[in-house]
Amino acid sequence: MTVRSSGNQPIRVEQDVVLARQTARKLAQECGMRLIDLTKLVTAVSELARNTMVYGGGGDMDWAIVEDGLRVGLRLTFRDEGPGIPDLKLAMTDGWTSGGGLGLGLTGAKRLVDDFELDTAPGAGTRVTICKWT
Amino acid sequence: MERIPILQMGDFLLVTIQVDMHDQLALTLQDDLSERISRTSARGVLIDISALDMVDSFIGRMIGMISGLSRIMDAETVLVGMQPAVAITLVELGMTLPGVSTALNVERGMKLLRERAYSQ
Ligand SMILES: Nc1ncnc2c1ncn2[C@@H]1O[C@H](COP(=O)(O)OP(=O)(O)OP(=O)(O)O)[C@@H](O)[C@H]1O
Ligand SMILES: [Mg+2]
Repeated sequence: MTVRSSGNQPIRVEQDVVLARQTARKLAQECGMRLIDLTKLVTAVSELARNTMVYGGGGDMDWAIVEDGLRVGLRLTFRDEGPGIPDLKLAMTDGWTSGGGLGLGLTGAKRLVDDFELDTAPGAGTRVTICKWT
Repeated sequence: MERIPILQMGDFLLVTIQVDMHDQLALTLQDDLSERISRTSARGVLIDISALDMVDSFIGRMIGMISGLSRIMDAETVLVGMQPAVAITLVELGMTLPGVSTALNVERGMKLLRERAYSQ
């Protein structure tokens, strides 16, 4: 897999969640992603960026346009140095929330993308990497 | 402060969401709407989301709350104009918006609101 271009965007305040969505939309368009896939990806980005801000206490979104043979995709990593997720199985259950959410962010985001990887440990922050291929 | 405008058309309130909303803006709209329903005794609320190219769990939850709130205040809510890609994504996300009435466009939404509001 080769990286065609990459960059980074901070997610500190609410407005950054909007900016993260806009960046993802622009990049997905650059990849030539069709509207339905693009909409799914941007929605996943919104969920994960909000989690980074609300639960992770802020962090970053790293992006990369990647190539794998004939495929082009957009890969995004959301990382924070927050409290981490103590019970991953619970957090990956539809409808489970530790706050006042619907508990659909993580599980929903996973359904909306092609690759989903979650790396977290109590006290060691959280890192979620997703990829959507065109 | 930034706000989403609420228009009054007779007994109904019309909200057209045209911006990519940050969370606080969505919450403000929810507060503003319940205040307007109570002040104007509106019978219905029409929310036009045809300009929205994404609805995530936060906006979905806000729409559900507005619908529930207005029902308690004796008003109907109809959501109109959802783009097909947004609808498909919402279902896959796991949000089915239970209890929220929908219509394809503003015209049909208004018709639905009138039927409901004046049938009782
Ligand atoms: N970056 C993170 N750092 C720490 N905890 C997290 C992080 N992301 C998610 N969590 C935990 O996982 C739970 C589930 O997250 P998820 O996004 O699925 O639901 P939610 O945010 O609670 O609700 P929703 O996203 O539907 O509004 C959260 O309630 C939170 O406890
Ligand atoms: Mg969430």
